[in-house]
Amino acid sequence: MDDIPKSAANYPPGHPTQADISAEIADIAANHPTSSDPNWGAHRTLIDYPPYRSSILRHPSANLELVDPETIELASPAFGHRDVHWTEYDLTQMVNGEPQGERIIVTGRVTDADGRAVAGQLLEIWQANAGGRYRQKKERHPAPLDPNFNGVGRVLTGADGSYKFVTIKPGAYPWPNHENAWRPAHIHFSVFGSAFTQRMVTQMYFPGDQLMPLDPIFQSITSARGQKSLISDYDHDVTVPNWALGYRWDIVVNGDSRTWFESLDGPEEDA
Amino acid sequence: MSDTQLYPTADQTVGPYYGIGMEYPGSEELVPHGSAGSIVLSGYLYDGNGAPVPDGVIEIWQTDADGNIPTDSGNLVRKAGSFGGFGRSGSDDDGYFQFTTVLPAPTAAGKPAFFAVVVFARGLLSRLHTRIYVPGPELDADPFLTRLTPERRATLIATPVAGGLRHDIHLQGEKETVFLAFN
Repeated sequence: MDDIPKSAANYPPGHPTQADISAEIADIAANHPTSSDPNWGAHRTLIDYPPYRSSILRHPSANLELVDPETIELASPAFGHRDVHWTEYDLTQMVNGEPQGERIIVTGRVTDADGRAVAGQLLEIWQANAGGRYRQKKERHPAPLDPNFNGVGRVLTGADGSYKFVTIKPGAYPWPNHENAWRPAHIHFSVFGSAFTQRMVTQMYFPGDQLMPLDPIFQSITSARGQKSLISDYDHDVTVPNWALGYRWDIVVNGDSRTWFESLDGPEEDA
Repeated sequence: MSDTQLYPTADQTVGPYYGIGMEYPGSEELVPHGSAGSIVLSGYLYDGNGAPVPDGVIEIWQTDADGNIPTDSGNLVRKAGSFGGFGRSGSDDDGYFQFTTVLPAPTAAGKPAFFAVVVFARGLLSRLHTRIYVPGPELDADPFLTRLTPERRATLIATPVAGGLRHDIHLQGEKETVFLAFN
């Protein structure tokens, strides 16, 4: 990852500003999608999304080929208690002491689009610490590492698809996509469904974060419903008195991609 | 989409720091390297300019050598003699990825054998599904493969090499791999 200049004067000539990126985001949101984008029909995550500069050379241009899943694709890898220790749900207890930051609980259910529970499946999460720093060598943000926070957790979902993590609220952090680019606070989620067709990786965001409208990764989803699907709800019933604030976020996996092809004329209604 | 359906959660990129959350020891070895019957499945991940993608993740999910769908857990913490069927390899600075595994067998006679594959990367906003087919006569009769142009079909079929199979994945461009959506 490139060093991130601390003043505009240090950016190379022609480096886009937030205003440039925001104008591109607004243009695409106002119904000028890249028409070749195979995801446009579903109006969910666009993969040909130039405001996120790294996507330009890393998305397929051809339409996805629609196929019947084979039996192996209708099954999913098995994970068990051999794979995930029961303590891995709590990112605040992975080292010796308590990490810095605002302790939170993130809980919800994993289901398919018909509401059927995804039971006994693996969720993996990773995140920045409270200062917006990831524990990885490539990371260049000059915020401190926290000796008591690795930022990695795993759980197996319960019989009803439920999961719970205890962690700290991640900080926002800068990145080099454009001048003064900041990622909103988020937690990365890797999700296995009941079928391999449902495999997904995504990011969970926090309600009210003022960086979401500015962020080209979040804005690669152009519908309000699609965006809402990534934002957790603050839930006071999850909050534990004198200990941690609670957020609820349900995950809906979907291996059925037909909707990608059903509305090629434009976006779904945001009913 | 009908009213009874829940709205699916949208995909997002794995970003540059997936290594802290997705890497684990032994993720690439579905069976021990060099064990009897093992093969190496290897390849390179490329972008639309043909440049290596150094920060991608390739996952495979496959039948065992007898065509059974694995039900053993132990895909994160491997267990001798057990076959979980799932593997994960990051792509390195050359875009290189590799797995040590067994050749998958078809789930039914006459069907082609393949690895189910999911690709993630920094810069790739949504997962991509594809397949890596094992070369064999069954491929010529497969209704899906035969409907593709020869050039597109070739992007799904591995090449036999000493010790296993080689298969490159191109995210974009003239050699773009065929990626899948499911009925």
